[in-house]
Amino acid sequence: MKIPATKYPIERFTLDNGLRVVLTPDRSAPVVGVAVVYDVGIRSEPEGRTGFAHLFEHLMFQGSANLEKLAHFRYVQGAGGSFNGSTHLDYTDYFEVLPSGGLERALFLEADRMRGPTLTEENLRNQVDVVKEEIRVNVLNRPYGGFPWLRLPPVMFETFPNAHDGYGSFEDLESASLADAEEFFRRYYACGNAVLAVAGDFDVAEATTMVERHFGDVPARPAPERPDFHEPDLAGERRSEYTDRLAPLPAVACGWRVPDPIGKFEDYLPYVVLTEVLTDGDASRLVERLVQRDRTATTIGGYIGFMGDEFQVRNPTALLLQAHLPPGGDADKVLRTVDEELDRLATGGLAPGELARTQARMATHLLRETDAVLGRALPMAAMEEQRGRPELLNELPRLVGEVTEEQILAAAGSLRPERRGVVEVIPGAGQ
Amino acid sequence: MSQTVLPDLVPDRKLKLPREAERTLSSGLTVIAVRRPGVPLVEVRLRVPFGRAPLPRATLLSQALFTGTGTMSSIDIAAELQAVGGALSAGLDPDRLLITGNSLAAGLDRMLEILAGVLTDPAYPSEEVATERERLVDHIQVAQSQPAHIARVALLKRMYGRHPYAVQTPGPEQVRGVRPAQLRTLHADRVRPDGSVLVLVGDISPEKAIDAADKALGGWLGPGRDGDVPPTPELVPGPLVLVDRPGAVQSSLRLALPAVPRTHPDYAALQLANMVFGGYFSSRWVENIREDKGYTYGPHTAIEHYVAGSALVASAEVATEVTGPSLLETQYELGRIASLPPSEEELEQARRYALGTLRLGMSTQAGLAGLASMYASFGLRLDHLREHSAGLAAATREQVFEAAARYLAPSLAVTVVLGDADKVEAPLAALTTVERGTA
Repeated sequence: MKIPATKYPIERFTLDNGLRVVLTPDRSAPVVGVAVVYDVGIRSEPEGRTGFAHLFEHLMFQGSANLEKLAHFRYVQGAGGSFNGSTHLDYTDYFEVLPSGGLERALFLEADRMRGPTLTEENLRNQVDVVKEEIRVNVLNRPYGGFPWLRLPPVMFETFPNAHDGYGSFEDLESASLADAEEFFRRYYACGNAVLAVAGDFDVAEATTMVERHFGDVPARPAPERPDFHEPDLAGERRSEYTDRLAPLPAVACGWRVPDPIGKFEDYLPYVVLTEVLTDGDASRLVERLVQRDRTATTIGGYIGFMGDEFQVRNPTALLLQAHLPPGGDADKVLRTVDEELDRLATGGLAPGELARTQARMATHLLRETDAVLGRALPMAAMEEQRGRPELLNELPRLVGEVTEEQILAAAGSLRPERRGVVEVIPGAGQ
Repeated sequence: MSQTVLPDLVPDRKLKLPREAERTLSSGLTVIAVRRPGVPLVEVRLRVPFGRAPLPRATLLSQALFTGTGTMSSIDIAAELQAVGGALSAGLDPDRLLITGNSLAAGLDRMLEILAGVLTDPAYPSEEVATERERLVDHIQVAQSQPAHIARVALLKRMYGRHPYAVQTPGPEQVRGVRPAQLRTLHADRVRPDGSVLVLVGDISPEKAIDAADKALGGWLGPGRDGDVPPTPELVPGPLVLVDRPGAVQSSLRLALPAVPRTHPDYAALQLANMVFGGYFSSRWVENIREDKGYTYGPHTAIEHYVAGSALVASAEVATEVTGPSLLETQYELGRIASLPPSEEELEQARRYALGTLRLGMSTQAGLAGLASMYASFGLRLDHLREHSAGLAAATREQVFEAAARYLAPSLAVTVVLGDADKVEAPLAALTTVERGTA
């Protein structure tokens, strides 16, 4: 089946202060998405300040020169819209989606906090409490919390930026100060370090005028130099295990380093397709073998990037597999079977139609995400930030479709046990 | 000079509904097709009435629906769907079996053909069913370790008593006892077109899509079964039910309140009252217990609609040490909204949010498909969006206050807390009568 593509038009420009702007109009539904991405994430937080990038994201919602606390939320929602932000390894995003009549309001709100959030001790303490509850909900009070995104990096990486807990320790969060926040903003939240993207129902000329009106006088500050977080590949298999006192059943995750997603995109893309060949649906290699045939796993999934953002992550990153096992399940057996299947793929090749059907399904996934205005604004902002190529979003279905069997086999052949990091969950519930 | 004044909103254009077509096939299957070009894909939703179906069998059926037909294995089904960029899955709620999927728009015919095979010629092969049965048991076991699930189980039991909605997840032992032959029987008895609704949304021609559905599903026949669920009982307020979870670092706080269906004259006003109370971020409850006090991360409320009744549920995960104070603030905010009218400003903000989210929900194929399918299961069509928008636009401050007094009064609430009972029982007992319960 022929793989279709989207042709979202893209306008790019840079304001005098260095802010990069991406506009991608589509007037088929009366809504707009606004995204601002800053080129700073978990990997840039200082030692002793784990979780700070995420805590700072919360502080960006606490008010700015012309916005009191709570005003941001009320103005977005009072325009019929929704908002959020998220902190990733390499970037932090802020976004709104609204009926199109709210576009200028959203730009005003983003520009106001780009000039600087209002940082107060009271708001800092309040948001430390909120973040601690977020960590309790998502990690401490539930089974498999933080598995594997917080558990695997310390097994696979040596250096603090890549290995540390991005949600942060309560100790580090509690000792965070206003001075830390001011310094973090000064250093990383420069408009030269940011991209603004707008998607949806607007006129390009009008939107350009609005962007200039609101962001034009944000003081110019250059982007800081971005460190290279590269680490050498694993020299041998690394393993770790921990007991999860809430988990009733065992689980295992493993990861392999993959080529630089940006500098070596052509080498990287086959790994993205391979991941789907291995784990997308009942007809994928590992689901068929481990879940359907051997019944050694209850579920198995695979993705690239610890937060599943395979086209918005920088080097170093990893291809991850994660499996939940039945009672008494044997993680070693699962890993051996994975090795066997990778070997069978690398040496035996793909079945007729296997690659084409995987690529067709990937096209659906990619296209489906871009149907929402934020599904265009957010990735385009990050792609502009990291690659200077927001149009990559339009090109992905085709590029995925051009990956060859030879490339898939070579990628599968590189996922050797001696290059792998493994983390195993020992069930501790009811024991 | 930077702008310091909030820009005005450009007023919304008139609500524009997408082009659609509808036909009820001779089998009794209703097909609704909606054109939303967007991306070159199509979304599929099929709702089959499943009220009062035996829970363990129905749950396993939903998990095993795609395990094979007379001519295709589970792997064949998945691979053939993938070939057109497609996938299908099934889920169960107390009213319906819901099949959900999508594919490249050009793959619609093939996806419908495969779906027809699954509906009309299911095999439920023993081996595959055994695999799915064990997986389901494992999933249930994991769910039973999750606080949100345990709290939900306890709340449903407390809300619904002996009504069929009281239990929505089967026990592992019950699932272990289900045989493939029982699934075949249940399928033959209940997976029928009469009363079912198929929704297709995407880059399609509505008429042609309906023709394709008619052609592919023409062989799916059989009269519907009476699966009507009796009306839900009224909530009976009483002591707070405390379910112990030793060592929990958070308590799961749940309150259920009465509500009305979407077509009730009070509904728009109730929805707005719920917004002002806790139904979105800029609500009193969230601003109080999160942004002021820092007790919690994501408190939220929602009006849950089932065919046989509606209810409003408020949920928050709060730190163990502030469980009492969190209940205090919750009762205070409910008391406040039930006793005093909201301000004009609060109401307008809630109104704009409610109207705006309708537009956002219609802006994607998946959003429209979910909306059309959900509405259809209550006998409504997408044009209900117009009616509901008008209701939201017209609701007065007095009506919203009346709805709040009628439905949101704290004296009407049914409350369940899951948490470390040794630590939270005394603080909760200072505020209300507490009794121990189980999930």
